[in-house]
Amino acid sequence: MSILELTAVELGKKIKAGEVTAVEAAKAALAQIRAAEGQVNAFVTIDEEGALKRAEEVQKQIEAGILRGPLAGVPVAIKDNMCTKGMLTTCSSKILYNFVPTYTAEAVLNLEKAGAVILGKTNMDEFAMGSTTETSAYGETRNPWNLDHVPGGSSGGSCAAVAANECFYALGSDTGGSIRQPSSFCGVTGIKPTYGTVSRYGLIAYGSSLDQIGPVAKDVTDCAAILEAIASYDPKDSTSIRREDTDFTSALVDDVKGMRIGIPRDYFGDGLNPEVKASILAAVEVLKSKGAIVEEFDLSLVEYAIPAYYVIASAEASSNLSRFDGVKYGYRAENHDGLHSMYKRSRSEGFGPEVKRRIMLGSFVLSSGYYDAYYLKALRTKALIKQAFDKAFASYDLIVAPASPATAPRLGESLCDPIQMYLGDIYTISVNLAGLPGLTVPCGIDGKGLPIGMQLIGDCFQEKKLIRAGFSFEQSRKYQGPPLAKQWEASLK
Amino acid sequence: MSKQYETVIGLEVHVELATKTKIFCSCSTQFGGAPNTHTCPVCTGMPGSLPVLNKQVVEYALAVGLATNCQINQHCKFDRKNYFYPDNPQNYQISQLYLPICHDGYVEIETENGTKKVGIHEIHMEEDAGKLIHDEWEDCSLVDYNRSGVPLIEIVSEPDMRSADEVIAYLEKLRMTIQYLGASDCKLQEGSMRADVNLSVREVGAEKFGTRTEMKNLNSFKAIARAIEGERERQIDLLESGEKVIQETRRWDDNKGVSKAMRSKEDAQDYRYFPDPDLVPVEISDEWMERVRAAQPEMREEKLARYQQEFGLPLYDSQILTGSKHLADIFEETAAICGKPKEVSNWLMVEGMRLLKDQDMDADDMSFSPENLAKLIGLVEKSVINRTVAKTVFEEIFKSDVDPEQYVEEKGLKVVNDAGALRSTIEEIIAANPQSVQDYKNGKEKAAGFIVGQTMRAMKGKADPGMVNQLVRELLMQA
Amino acid sequence: MANIISDETIEYVGILAKLELSKEEKEAAKKDMGRMLDYIDKLNELDTSGVEPMSHVFPVHNVFREDVVVNGDDRENILANAPEQKDGAFVVPKTVE
Repeated sequence: MSILELTAVELGKKIKAGEVTAVEAAKAALAQIRAAEGQVNAFVTIDEEGALKRAEEVQKQIEAGILRGPLAGVPVAIKDNMCTKGMLTTCSSKILYNFVPTYTAEAVLNLEKAGAVILGKTNMDEFAMGSTTETSAYGETRNPWNLDHVPGGSSGGSCAAVAANECFYALGSDTGGSIRQPSSFCGVTGIKPTYGTVSRYGLIAYGSSLDQIGPVAKDVTDCAAILEAIASYDPKDSTSIRREDTDFTSALVDDVKGMRIGIPRDYFGDGLNPEVKASILAAVEVLKSKGAIVEEFDLSLVEYAIPAYYVIASAEASSNLSRFDGVKYGYRAENHDGLHSMYKRSRSEGFGPEVKRRIMLGSFVLSSGYYDAYYLKALRTKALIKQAFDKAFASYDLIVAPASPATAPRLGESLCDPIQMYLGDIYTISVNLAGLPGLTVPCGIDGKGLPIGMQLIGDCFQEKKLIRAGFSFEQSRKYQGPPLAKQWEASLK
Repeated sequence: MSKQYETVIGLEVHVELATKTKIFCSCSTQFGGAPNTHTCPVCTGMPGSLPVLNKQVVEYALAVGLATNCQINQHCKFDRKNYFYPDNPQNYQISQLYLPICHDGYVEIETENGTKKVGIHEIHMEEDAGKLIHDEWEDCSLVDYNRSGVPLIEIVSEPDMRSADEVIAYLEKLRMTIQYLGASDCKLQEGSMRADVNLSVREVGAEKFGTRTEMKNLNSFKAIARAIEGERERQIDLLESGEKVIQETRRWDDNKGVSKAMRSKEDAQDYRYFPDPDLVPVEISDEWMERVRAAQPEMREEKLARYQQEFGLPLYDSQILTGSKHLADIFEETAAICGKPKEVSNWLMVEGMRLLKDQDMDADDMSFSPENLAKLIGLVEKSVINRTVAKTVFEEIFKSDVDPEQYVEEKGLKVVNDAGALRSTIEEIIAANPQSVQDYKNGKEKAAGFIVGQTMRAMKGKADPGMVNQLVRELLMQA
Repeated sequence: MANIISDETIEYVGILAKLELSKEEKEAAKKDMGRMLDYIDKLNELDTSGVEPMSHVFPVHNVFREDVVVNGDDRENILANAPEQKDGAFVVPKTVE
């Protein structure tokens, strides 16, 4: 078995045991990046020199016994909306084409403390607005399972990079499904933690009340170890939550006996691709056979999540993105006629169409006379959605759902109709509105050879239940990467 | 016949709080400093930075609210006010619109018609903006974010004032209250207290308010008074000529004595307020409120009463001494050291006030230490120096805070109590003025005065006047 | 389409959002926004009377910082990405006439 096929935790063990060095691991990943990037385009920035230098340092610290964690020396890729000191951070936008932060996001700092070796920054939908990674200003990312298809989004670069073996794990961020949906499209595992579990300091905000950083990796074991490393109470983030139960790896137990699992009928009706439905229900059967108690129920309010989400996320985004104005950093238009013209031209030339669309919508719903009708209405809807979940979790330990109505669409199919694209987020968005944790695990491959993912949703702070159920499920189904990943590796030999 | 108009004025007063750090980050609030040297990712709007609220800001806002008889919103939160301007690095200001910390209070002011209540609509917490420096030579402005994020409270009054005098009285009252609380130094010139004036006029007897304008850029009480007069006239002129007052923001130019509308097409004044998702609500418990209330220092009214009662000071003196928190502090500290409140009051009221006036200074600018004034009073008390000398020493203390004991020693200003030396000096003077001896003996009291004067001059003022008087008479009788 | 977005509205929102749209972009924006609002109007089917708007999912409150100066002079870093700077300050087009 080659290094590249190892999971992050497996690699970490080998490094600790002295079977592989951190430098060898980084070199292997960088070689794979060279082989695959031309076709996948998962990265915006690759820091070969920095990664190798860092790998050497980390290796020394491992040998000196300073770094002992499970991820020490393991190469990682970071979504390009997390600030990395001294490394370009673009949010896949032209407006930040030259932005080099002078500080590092708290979640990334936590990984560095755990001995991570950062390979580079991954491509994404511009400012995380999109579900396909096609709205990036630096070219779309392609799905390693089929290069004619999208990897999903917005963390498409992170998920594609993991699937393509260009890194051993990655960080993504999830505002409306941006970790769970592309994980499903790329056949990898991802967790969107409970809101407040991972610090948002240094994460370039899209929808502040919804954004959450999480891990993307080959399996649940990796995700638990990564989440354990990045979760922390951060006094720099007022919405950060003090938790004592972040020993997530303790939940890696193959046992779902007696676990109550709810299947919302509203998630499995019309609009869900039959192949996807069959695959997820088959996965549920596996859990049932292991002793889980499975029941169908009505979640309700499902169709109201998307409109509420687009009001809240767009409103917050319109304000969050107003700081990009050509004054302090990033793109400034050359030709302008005074201050306001400089603002307008810099922003109009710097932002892509989807970002502008959401800023316009967000500015409109907050504008004088519409605030109550749109914004407050959406916040009231959010309260009702939260109540619906509270009710469900009074009866169930977790909820099983699809991550997307279908497997990855072809490139270019989604962007022409925004509403159709937004509808694709129907199974993931409510989780963000309610602040819940969600996990996607691969559960099958469709007729076109594209991966299918199953989403597990837990009550707030119940990541461990998700991890236990996900871990139990994947014992029946070993990680399977895309055939291309092996071809790229072979092409180098 | 021309109509009679009434002016209706409401104030929006911004006060910079006396915290050490900014409202949402740990940068210093210290005034001055080279551009952008008191900044960090938070107060410059760097991507990914997040605000964390300074607890002391809430404490101060709460203290001001309680001292101005406000209701407290025990559940309050922060909202974003969205507008683009380069002094505002995020292009939104974190402020409070929907649930401000304080509301529905009032202060009492003294007017020519007696005591009047001015209502306080609300007090909210917010962040200050940076500073724009306009480049003289090139077609650009420079942005300095040192002030960005300095905590402010905005005190919004009801439209209860009717004249510039009432406005000044209200501002003085707020300033005094806030200074006493230690929540701000409230200096208009330095911008730590700023007032925007909302003004409208209506015919006397009318019930409805007229259309109001908002005047900005007022940085002294005098400018405020002039702006009020100017705007009142402008609005009356408009109405008299059949035109309408437009609701707008105007910038007062105190040098030219005119105001100019600030509105532009790019300035939609639609701030799209919404709750800041990066900050969590503030819950103010009854206990917290009580703690702040209990910690409230003695306010001016209480001090005024106490000075008269406890120290037996006259009303006028008590008013002057308490008219500045700083002066009151000097008074109390000095009195505590020397135990002679009346003496301290005398020095401050007579010599202190005279020097302030001579040097065109404010009581807040007095910078000498109470220890030195107390020492001076002790020197007079023990007759080490006489009052005339003491006045010149006080001037030195006032100017450069000298230690009076040391100063008197160095300059040789001690009263000469050596009766022998004094006696021989007087004897010499009497011997040189036989005519005076004769006059005295003939019953001319003035002659003794002349000898005393001569003696004092010869002693360079250092002799104890009582002793001189007594000895001169004694020796004249003997001569 | 129930929501018709006028030219004036697009113009006005452009001023608020500081976006300058081309003629084609404006037409597209009118259409997109109208469709989105139609879709959002679905929320009106829901009876939300008596429901408190929920900004924060968790009832977390009173997150404070102590009033202690921690940050020093960070000017070099703060200006590191400035498109234009002069005398330690950010440069912008003149803000007064």
